[in-house]
Amino acid sequence: MWKWFYKLASPPFVYNTAAALIPWFTSFAVVALGYGLVGGLVFAPPDYQQGDAFRIIYVHVPSAWMSEFSYTLMAVAGAIALIWRIKIGHAVAAATAPIGASFTVLALVTGSMWGRPMWGTYWAWDPRLTSELILLFLYFGVMSLRTAFEEDGPRGDRAAALLSIVGVVNIPIIHYSVVWWNSLHQAASVAKFGKPTIEPSMLWPLLAMFLGFMLFFGAVLCLRLQGEILGRERQSAWVRDAVKS
Amino acid sequence: MSAGFWAMGGYARYVWPCFALAVVIFAWNVWSARRYYAAARRRAARALAMADSEKQ
Repeated sequence: MWKWFYKLASPPFVYNTAAALIPWFTSFAVVALGYGLVGGLVFAPPDYQQGDAFRIIYVHVPSAWMSEFSYTLMAVAGAIALIWRIKIGHAVAAATAPIGASFTVLALVTGSMWGRPMWGTYWAWDPRLTSELILLFLYFGVMSLRTAFEEDGPRGDRAAALLSIVGVVNIPIIHYSVVWWNSLHQAASVAKFGKPTIEPSMLWPLLAMFLGFMLFFGAVLCLRLQGEILGRERQSAWVRDAVKS
Repeated sequence: MSAGFWAMGGYARYVWPCFALAVVIFAWNVWSARRYYAAARRRAARALAMADSEKQ
């Protein structure tokens, strides 16, 4: 068990594992997204209050979940890299940031598009919307820090890791904002203790979309991670074989 | 597909752009990750070639 854990700190092991995982993640992502799209757009019944506008849920909710998951992963990877000085942690954090930022943009724009017919406005300075926007700025901050310290990579890595760890406080704020404050945004209906309050014919496609987004994230992360590792390890002997293959 | 499906109960102008944007975001992620990986490979190959030429 520990041997396997230590292997995760080895760049060639992670590089080869990422390469092996990409086709699996991609294939299962296509299946899950296909099932979720057909189930959500064709077979799920219209909502009794929101009609067909509720179908935006199938892109909005998975992208919002992924924006939070990606940020948490980035902060955990940064913390591991800072505490145990495992360089691969910085590579994971750097590879995660642009993917997480893109999911945050998707969550914000689709939320805005959903808000217009339901709330009568594209945007409101509501706690959930505002904290999600702050998450996007945090992603931009982390990426900018890395770019700003491009000449001194390790320093940029440390600064980006620190910011991502400090910013992780925003994740519970996003999640519980609808509970702690009065909000236009509806409360949780899937991630609830006990039974979800969403009809199963609507819920299953949503879970499939979430799985599809997760697997897609995994595939893209693996590809980006390979690039990150090659960039950071280009002086290492093992890279010669990797580049030739 | 019936016209009713595409009309999305009158919400088509909100629903379809969301799915279209999701496609764009997915495509951007694939394109940018592939581009990033290819650039890293090129840089690594160049660094190796330079190291080899310095040895000789």
